[in-house]
This record gives sequence, structure tokens and C-alpha cells, in this order.
Amino acid sequence: MTSEEIREVIIDILGDIAPDEELGDLKDDVAFRDQLELDSMDFLDIVMELRKRYRVQVPEEDYGELASMQSTVAYLEPKMQDVQKA
Amino acid sequence: MYDTVIIGAGMSGLAAGIRLAHYDRRVCILERHYTIGGLNSFYRLAGRDFDVGLHAVTNFTPKGARKGPLARLLRQLRFRWDDFALAPQIGSEIVFPQVRLQFGNGIDLLESEIARAFPAEKDAFATLMAKIVDYDDLNQELFEVSTRELLSEIFHDPLLIEMLLCPLMWYGNARERDMDFGQFCIMFRSIFCEGFCRPFAGVRLILKNLIRRFRSLGGELKLRSGVDHIHVENGKAIGLVLDDGQQIEAPQIISSAGLVETMRLCDDVSQVDTKHAGRLSFMEAMSVVDVEPKEIGFDKTVIFFNDSETFSWERPDTLIDARTGVICSPNNYAYTGANEILPEGLIRITAQANFDRWQCLDEDSYKLEKMKSYNELLASAVRFIPDFRHRVIATDIFTPTTIRRFTGHDQGTVYGATHKTLDGSTHLPNLHLCGTDQGFIGIIGAMMGGVSIANRCLSESNTHDATVLESGS
Repeated sequence: MTSEEIREVIIDILGDIAPDEELGDLKDDVAFRDQLELDSMDFLDIVMELRKRYRVQVPEEDYGELASMQSTVAYLEPKMQDVQKA
Repeated sequence: MYDTVIIGAGMSGLAAGIRLAHYDRRVCILERHYTIGGLNSFYRLAGRDFDVGLHAVTNFTPKGARKGPLARLLRQLRFRWDDFALAPQIGSEIVFPQVRLQFGNGIDLLESEIARAFPAEKDAFATLMAKIVDYDDLNQELFEVSTRELLSEIFHDPLLIEMLLCPLMWYGNARERDMDFGQFCIMFRSIFCEGFCRPFAGVRLILKNLIRRFRSLGGELKLRSGVDHIHVENGKAIGLVLDDGQQIEAPQIISSAGLVETMRLCDDVSQVDTKHAGRLSFMEAMSVVDVEPKEIGFDKTVIFFNDSETFSWERPDTLIDARTGVICSPNNYAYTGANEILPEGLIRITAQANFDRWQCLDEDSYKLEKMKSYNELLASAVRFIPDFRHRVIATDIFTPTTIRRFTGHDQGTVYGATHKTLDGSTHLPNLHLCGTDQGFIGIIGAMMGGVSIANRCLSESNTHDATVLESGS
């Protein structure tokens, strides 16, 4: 998957988690926590969805890497380069 | 074969079930009653719909809000704000002799009412607000600090303390006389800082959404399936045996039956510790009236009344204690949809009641005492709202024994045990508690409680799988 595709995956997951959010205006360099008020429960959801959809494991000590869109994509790129987009 | 079996199809059990089923766990919910909802259910009687439990949904935040329990819950269960169709309250009131304090959704009105009625306490109230904002929800140690002691250090006027405690104890305090400060903060935020709301269709709408979602994710619900006991071997729950003898294996069990009630189910527990069992129960009088309550001058969503300067929150020795109570009406919400006008007026009044007193009555005296208590309660309530007794066209009444019968909670308790286990843990690693005895109160709270336990189970197995995966590679 390319970084652009990974970004789409994350947008898709966020859209499921927060169906009322308008994600078109999402800023990639601002923390999800500050933009969307996501909390630890929501981050668990992002992790679980990645696992459920693409069998990607994010160990607990790496949860911090998912702070913003930018950091999430950078973190997932090597993990997901061989994953096909669903 | 299931991954998780949940005891009880109330708000917390259904919410936990949704979370687990969403992440592909095979989940079965067992419910002894023939319908769902538990403490927040509904029924139909003589062609009329009634809610039980729900007076108001607390924790109201408007559409678009991202903070607070409601917004978090919607994200966790993947619902849109509109799915619950919550209409805000039109205003509520705490009424004591000589003093009335109004409050609405958001703290502003209460703040100005306190400044008006208790001008000397304005700064003290600001001090309290700061403490509440700082309070950390999940700190079990701080949770049990005495609210009365803490408030008497902040405020000078004991009447204001009583008036603040009255609605918060009424809507979620399992302890008698005093309240855990943690519970106080949770209730204060959910009622005074956030507020009241209700779906036009009542609790049905929320339950319908939950069950539809649970089933669409492959979850299984078994009604009329009471659990007789939980079988334990070598310090682990192995499975459940139903009332009809059927056995169900379960690697993981989540129980919303209550702390004492769940311990009694475990076949490794010979002596159940009832030290923390709750004793508070209620009677509620539902009066259908032939007029919109507003038209006869009852224009509040909820009124919490107390007829003296001291608020007493304890189990009465008598059948009921009508000195304090809650009066509410589902008609008094700001519904905005087309045709959102309830067909009839309904006024509900709740009082504290003594389970044992009701329990020992034979059938005839039970019926008689129900009518007498209904009259006593209405006579007490109309001291605080316009007399509506000549407009009543139908009534229904529930007592502590009704609550016991339909929810299985000992003593007909609504707020459960006096000691709360925030993390839901028990003496067994694969048995968790959810719901009332986890300290999450109200409809949003109950669902959030179920979600938090499901998340605990999910992240445990996540960590476990990750470890297995790493050591295997």
C-alpha cells in the first residue's frame, strides 16, 4: 500500500468510529486528540480495526505513533507496504 | 461455542455485546426476563406505553460536541448523534421549603440561581466547580471520600449542601446518608454540567438501536434464559448452567446481575459477603392525565422536592417515605420533530421505599397498600406542583418487589451495591462485572460501563495475541 492508500484506510476507519465527523478538513500534522478529541478508547479502536481489516499488529508501546495522520502513515508505511488494499 | 457470555440484556450488557461482536467475538447474551432493558425497560399496559427506569437520559451534550460521555459512547458504539434522537429538557428544579433552585442543561442557570439564592456562597461554588473539573474518574482511592465532609469544608450554608445533594443522590447514589465523592463528581457533571434529555419514543428507541446493532454483528440473544449458576474449576469460570439445566461453556463471562447477585451464582463461593449490598429501593406512581402537564402549571422536566431543610437519603422503616421525591413528565421535553406530541399527559412520581415491608405483604394487602401509598405520595407531591389529582385517568404503580421480580436485583435496588468496582474485576480472572455495580450510573453511564469492560477484554486478548505472535515468529 502506498502512503496515500494508507491515509485513505485511516480516514475510512475514522469515519466508522466518528460517523458525525466531517473528515474532509482533517489536518495531517495536527494530533487526532486535538482535532477530534479522540481518547485512549478511540486509539484502541484504530489499532483493533487495523488488525481486523489488514492483520496489522500495533503493539501497545507503539500506540503513541498514531498521534496524528502524518505520524500514523509514517509508522504504518513499512508495516503495510506488502498489504493489498481491500 | 461462544467466546464471551454476557449475563443480562440491559444497557451495559448490550453495549458490551456490541463492542465484542464488532471485533468478531462470538457473543451470547442471556436474559432471564422475556424482554430486554433490565433496569431501563418498557412495557405496554391497557394500550399505553410506559418506560421504567428512565426519567431522563443524563449526560446530554448537543450534536457536534466531541467531549463528554455521550460523544465518547457514540464513537465507541458507532452511532450517529441522530440515532438516539435526544430532545433536551425544558428546565428542572430543586425545591425545598422557601427556596427553589432552577437548573437546565449546562451549568450557567444553576450557577446564577445559587448566586441569587445563596449570594454568600458564590465563591465557594466556584471552589467546588474547580474540584469537580479536576476529579479523575478512574481513581478508586479518591472515589470513596465522603462528599458531606468535603462539602461542609467548602460551604457555610448547610441548606445549599442539602439542595445540591438531593438530585445527585436521587439519580444515582447507592450509599445511604452520604455519597462517595467520585460518584458525586460523576453525577454532578452528568446532571448539572451536561443535563437531561429524552428520545420522543422513550427508552425503546435506544434499546431498539442496541439490539438491532448487536444482532447485525452476529450476536445472539437468549431471552427467558436465567442463569442458575456459574461453574468454577481451579480458580476459573468454566461455564454456566441455566435455570432449565442447559449448560453453556464460556471462556469469558461478563455479568450485569450485580456484585452480590453474581457472587451468589459462582459455585466456588459458599458464603456471599453482603456487607456492601444495597438497601435503597423505590416506589413509583405513574399518573396518566387528560391534559398536557404544562397546561395545568407543571412545566418542568424534573422536580426534586424535599419538605424540610434536611434531606434524608436512607431506607425508610415504613413502606414509603414521601418526604422527598422526584416528579417528572415525559411530556416536558423540547421535542422538535413533526408529530412529536405525546398522545396523553403522564406524571411520574418516585419515593424511597422499603423492600422488606413490601415483600412481606400478602396479595390483598399489597394491592391495598399500593393504593394507599399512591395517595400518600401524590398528596405529598402536590405541595410542590399544582394539584393534578382530578385530572388523573389511569394509574400504574411499581414497588421494590416489582423491581426485584423483573431485574433480579436483591432488595429491589436500582443503584446496586454500596461499594463500586470501577474496573469490573472479580475473584476470578475471566469473570467481569458490568453495569450498576461498576459505578456507572444512568443510561449513558450504563452503556459506557459495558463498553469499558468489553475494551478491557479486547485489549487483554490483543496484548496476549501480540505476545504469542512475537514469540512464535
